[in-house]
Amino acid sequence: MINLTIDGKKYQAEEGQTILEVANRHGIFIPTLCVDEAVSAYGACRLCMVEIERKGRKKLVASCLYEVEEGLAVSTQNERIANIRKTVIELLLARCPQSEGVQAMAKKLGVTCSRFESEKPENLCTLCALCTRVCSEVVGKSAISLVSRGTSREVALPYYEDKTDCIACGSCAYICPTGAIKMEDGNGMRTITWPNCQVSFNLSAVPSAAPNGFPKNRSSIS
Amino acid sequence: MINTAIKKFNSVAELEAKRQEILKDRNSQKTVIAICCGTGCQAYGAKKVADAFEEELSKAGLGDKVEVRTTGCHGFCERGPLVVIRPQNIFYQRLKISDIPEIIEKTIKNNEVIERLLYVDPMTKDKKVHEHDVPFYKKQMRLVFGNNGNIDPTSIDDYLAVGGYKSLAKAISGLKPEEIVEEVIKSGLRGRGGGGFPTGWKWKSCRDAHDPVKYVICNCDEGDPGAFMDRSLMEGNPHSVIEGMIIGAYAIGSHEAYIYIRDEYPMAVKHALLAIKQAEDYGLLGENILGSGFDLKIHINRGGGAFVCGESTALMASLEGKVGEPRAKYVHTSEKGLHDKPTTLNNVETWANIPLIIEKGADWFNKIGTEGSKGTKIFSLVGKVNNTGLIEVPMGITLREIVYDIGGGIPKGKKFKAIQTGGPSGGCLPESMLDLPVDFDELTKAGSMMGSGAMIVMDEDNCMVEIARYFLSFLEGESCGKCVPCREGVKRMRQILERITKGEGEEGDIELLEQLSQAIQDASLCALGGSAPNPVLSTIKYFRDEYEAHIRQKTCPAKECKALITYNIIDANCPGCGLCYKACPTGAIISQGKKMPVILDQSKCTKCGACFDACKLHAVEIR
Ligand SMILES: Cc1cc2nc3c(=O)[nH]c(=O)nc-3n(C[C@H](O)[C@H](O)[C@H](O)COP(=O)(O)O)c2cc1C
Ligand code: SF4
Ligand code: SF4
Ligand code: SF4
Ligand code: FES
Ligand code: FES
Repeated sequence: MINLTIDGKKYQAEEGQTILEVANRHGIFIPTLCVDEAVSAYGACRLCMVEIERKGRKKLVASCLYEVEEGLAVSTQNERIANIRKTVIELLLARCPQSEGVQAMAKKLGVTCSRFESEKPENLCTLCALCTRVCSEVVGKSAISLVSRGTSREVALPYYEDKTDCIACGSCAYICPTGAIKMEDGNGMRTITWPNCQVSFNLSAVPSAAPNGFPKNRSSIS
Repeated sequence: MINTAIKKFNSVAELEAKRQEILKDRNSQKTVIAICCGTGCQAYGAKKVADAFEEELSKAGLGDKVEVRTTGCHGFCERGPLVVIRPQNIFYQRLKISDIPEIIEKTIKNNEVIERLLYVDPMTKDKKVHEHDVPFYKKQMRLVFGNNGNIDPTSIDDYLAVGGYKSLAKAISGLKPEEIVEEVIKSGLRGRGGGGFPTGWKWKSCRDAHDPVKYVICNCDEGDPGAFMDRSLMEGNPHSVIEGMIIGAYAIGSHEAYIYIRDEYPMAVKHALLAIKQAEDYGLLGENILGSGFDLKIHINRGGGAFVCGESTALMASLEGKVGEPRAKYVHTSEKGLHDKPTTLNNVETWANIPLIIEKGADWFNKIGTEGSKGTKIFSLVGKVNNTGLIEVPMGITLREIVYDIGGGIPKGKKFKAIQTGGPSGGCLPESMLDLPVDFDELTKAGSMMGSGAMIVMDEDNCMVEIARYFLSFLEGESCGKCVPCREGVKRMRQILERITKGEGEEGDIELLEQLSQAIQDASLCALGGSAPNPVLSTIKYFRDEYEAHIRQKTCPAKECKALITYNIIDANCPGCGLCYKACPTGAIISQGKKMPVILDQSKCTKCGACFDACKLHAVEIR
């Protein structure tokens, strides 16, 4: 067991837990927009920054990545942290003003509008990479990835059209917190629309399923 | 060129015997014509000059009496092609092929100096005969970089002749790995790649990490625009870097090393590959180095050339074949780096300092420099300064000495305005800071940084808001885009700066820039974002009045921001000579005939400045 303090109160945690996990477990609010239990932490949104003190030295760290250690002192609130949260959420509001996820977080943080002008108001993607992480880490494919650098970065299939690896499972659409990925079924087709490309797949019922629910070939093996 | 009967040395004694043999063969009184064939001089045709020398010498029957040695960069690239004639150390610059017969006739045969090929000091108009008297070199202390001008980088024997691999021999035969680490700690050497982290401590934590597999990496990515010291060292003296790496690997307990070189540096790659091969052939690298039982393999890896790939975690990801993006390093890479194994990553120049420290000792090394920054540092000095190029100076030298004594001051009698240290994410320091000693901590305290060592001098014609905008737009383009504050924040800062330079700045913009800077510094994932606000914060700190003039008076004091200036004709000065009329590409100048001043049609003027540059009588003014 590891002993630490968060905002002056004492807590215990297990080795390998992140500050964010410990805080969440005890109901301490730390905002996040790029975390999901299903996938590994990535540290992209920077909303979860907290200040730590170790051996008398203070430092700002991303709580979703920082693993707790004995004697750690964490503050989740101060002027610098408030400045980070306000700035990041305003930057994201300007990037995707219509994203409900971003709006909800802004509201939680007491931010109602952004000082920056929106250039592409229809954009919904915050580039949190949850979709690409779920595809590679959970589905075991790497059908989509983040391409390009800097502000031209976007989620896409390889070369914007190569769907070879995608199994149309929809995990990416399900995990996307902003609604930037859409999935629609109809007329025997499943259409997935990522922010910059779209692919349709034929939906076929599994014809080989036997009445007992096992695929035929499987039952024949056993 | 490589000897077929290569002898692999199985002991330090055998290596030393070889060195004596090389030295005996070399008559120190023999004339050597050292021709710089670094990338800069080659651009001026140095290779052809070297060939012409060979040809003319053999014509004159001097082929075996005089040695032509093609070397790496000497630093004073803008004066290339450069030649130094030894042992007298006669320095000729801007050579043409047609100069060569005369040099052979007069200088080589008759020891006569050819005046017109000498360097003229722009301050005193004196002609300088010897390399060591040229002001550009005079205040330098070229410990790491000096052999660049002495040796042929493709010849390991040249390196042995100047004492190369002596330190490796000393380390491997006489020192325990722990002693080497202690020596490097004691030397006070700090990393030359930017952050200035103490090298010895980095080595120690890697050595102490519990894992039998450890890696050593040399960072030769050098993404900073205008910086070329790592390239010049790798091209001009690759063995010094490799020797440092072997010593480091031995000290840390690593048997596998990588040199990560950016792909745009083909000569550096070529020379490094050749040097590795030569060192292996001599038994200085590979298995059972010098019979000590220590093995090391060095691989070369070519980087794709993204600025961010120089960042340590991004570089390691790239080495692993992944996308070169940084990740948080709350666990140091010295404990979990490449392939999650303990890894020591150092910069080219850092590695090249190691042989010196081992040879001469930590006490010798840390007598040079300041309390917190030991040794020398190589800088690339560019911009509005008379002498540009690579310089190596002791830490603690003042910016004024660099700009005026070595750099020769500001061209065209203009006024010095600022010096940007630390590359694109460094800061701009004003005239009042010129006496600041160059030192990791002093520069940081002043709002700038050491960075990789790029220095850009600016004069009165540079607008500091525009400069800040320029650097931010570079950084915006180089941001990998992973984290929000860097990707979105730097872009917003660039946009605000752009508005200000266009005369659309508003009250509150400076405060907004400051507040954004704070958040980006505090929250960015890697040091690219963390230091990106430096150019803005330092220019606000030292040149706030320029920001205010743009925002409140809608003027650009340096008269650089096109949207805020107009060109006008001063009638009293203009005799209608028509020079500007000819220069103007848009037909905005209207001639009224001889002896009548020209008229400038503002509606057609694109503010290119051609008229201003063309007018010899100062009849065009910028308002
Ligand atoms: C954006 C960025 C770019 C960098 N580029 C380089 C580089 O081109 N070369 C280099 O040696 N270090 C570079 N660094 C610093 C490295 O991350 C690392 O600190 C350094 O190579 C360590 O070596 P040292 O301890 O010898 O300085 C860069 C850092 C950042 C944040
Ligand atoms: S639908 Fe395709 S892209 Fe999305 S998670 Fe599944 S396999 Fe990956
Ligand atoms: S599409 Fe959704 S999940 Fe994927 S990066 Fe954009 S916001 Fe995140
Ligand atoms: S500034 Fe350029 S466009 Fe304007 S008048 Fe002069 S030369 Fe012509
Ligand atoms: S939640 Fe930690 S960076 Fe996004
Ligand atoms: S390349 Fe010749 S001096 Fe630099």
